[in-house]
Amino acid sequence: MKALAIALALLPPAIAAASGITLKSLDLTLPDGAATFPPGAGADAANGNCLACHSVEMVLTQPAMSKAGWEAEVAKMRSVYKAPVDTKDVPAIVDYLVSIKGN
Amino acid sequence: MFTRRRLLGGAGVTGLALWSGRAGAEATVNLTLPGGHATRPITTDFPQKGAMILQRTRPPLLETPLEVFDEGVLTPNARFFVRWHWSVIPTQVNVDTFRLRVHGQVEQPLSLSLADLTALPPFEIVAVNQCSGNSRGYFEPRVAGGEWGNGAMGNARWTGVRLKDVLDKAGVKAGAVAVRFDGLDEPTVAGAPDFVKSLGIDHARDGEVMIAYAMNGEQLPLLNGFPLRLVVPGWYATYWIKMLSDIEVLDQPDDNYWMKTAYLIPDTPGADIKPGQVGVRTVPINRMNPRSFITNLKAGATLHTSEITPVRGIAFGGDTGVKRVDFSADGGMTWEPASLGKDEGKYSFRRFEVRFTPAMPGSQTLMVRCTNMSDVAQPERPNWNPAGFMRNVIESTPVSVV
Repeated sequence: MKALAIALALLPPAIAAASGITLKSLDLTLPDGAATFPPGAGADAANGNCLACHSVEMVLTQPAMSKAGWEAEVAKMRSVYKAPVDTKDVPAIVDYLVSIKGN
Repeated sequence: MFTRRRLLGGAGVTGLALWSGRAGAEATVNLTLPGGHATRPITTDFPQKGAMILQRTRPPLLETPLEVFDEGVLTPNARFFVRWHWSVIPTQVNVDTFRLRVHGQVEQPLSLSLADLTALPPFEIVAVNQCSGNSRGYFEPRVAGGEWGNGAMGNARWTGVRLKDVLDKAGVKAGAVAVRFDGLDEPTVAGAPDFVKSLGIDHARDGEVMIAYAMNGEQLPLLNGFPLRLVVPGWYATYWIKMLSDIEVLDQPDDNYWMKTAYLIPDTPGADIKPGQVGVRTVPINRMNPRSFITNLKAGATLHTSEITPVRGIAFGGDTGVKRVDFSADGGMTWEPASLGKDEGKYSFRRFEVRFTPAMPGSQTLMVRCTNMSDVAQPERPNWNPAGFMRNVIESTPVSVV
């Protein structure tokens, strides 16, 4: 009896639900998405600002856009999603994005 | 809590080179998006997930490869698409200490354990979960956003409890107009809008909207919302809040960013407008529209004359069931009805099949068209809107007959 009590105590937490479904606690690790932008003028500014909130594929999968289009995207990241991008870095980031994804 | 390393620099190594180096040269898929930028790696790096199309690592956007939909109407949990807005996602969830709060315009605020919830009467439904922006990558002109192919959708048997039963337990007060849902994920930056969504009070209490603790008979994968996910049958996935932890009954319409500014569609049939068109009234995205896909033949497949070729796939009606699926082998000039598979309920994928015998050698375009129980059929011309939502044009599969 004592051995059984110890064995139960060692089991991971679990909740028995309807239909024979059991819910068990999770402790997992997600990939960190550490890849950086292709090298080029302004890549450092893009790496240092854009990748705080999202990994690089978010940008690299986008269709080509005009300079005005990229300016609008950077402005949206700052104003709506509160990306802490320094005003002085904005022109370098936009020029870099146009250089890799401009039209 | 979620932590991450950042590797800056990487002299001489591009992000693209890192992807393909990690995934292997052949482990990519070309989504054939107009204008290019269409190649994506296949990844097996995410916990509880099999091979998925990598759209974005952080916050995760993982797309289901089209061939998975050929295996059956229920999408396996390990292949079910993943979409998160913010990167602060708890990676440890304890089933004993987790609580779901219910508060706001209620008689009795609740803090429900998973044991409390699973003691309520069980409810089950099979329903399609589809991203508002599924297929955005095929928009022409292209639009910014998650550049999905057609795999930001899945179909599962959801088990849990009716939202109505939980709201009744709390006792909704007179004057309630909406119910707002929040999950455990948080904005990466302080002051940014937390991802929350709302439903009207009558919708929330319709007896179909539910809180799922299982999909396809097992607990939810973490990335699909463990331990609880809101299920809103017939509506786009933006409302299906993952890691649901907070339900607030409101006495006025919700004006938060994700309801009032984001996820808006033109209030036109099919959310369709002309590129550049302005002055259009907008409304929050809501019900899904019908779609269908051939799943056993890829574009460019070779068929043989006088040989019977099964052509099969999946269809769904959107906010109601599938009435019919029609098949065309001549680019839409003539149509014949497909036979339909088992009906798992009006919100589910439904299998269809035709036995097609090509008559003449040459190029042919195969098409399928779903008509739902409200007599809404997929359009011949693609719908367009600036956010890239609700694409449901009739799909074309070019084949060559030899």
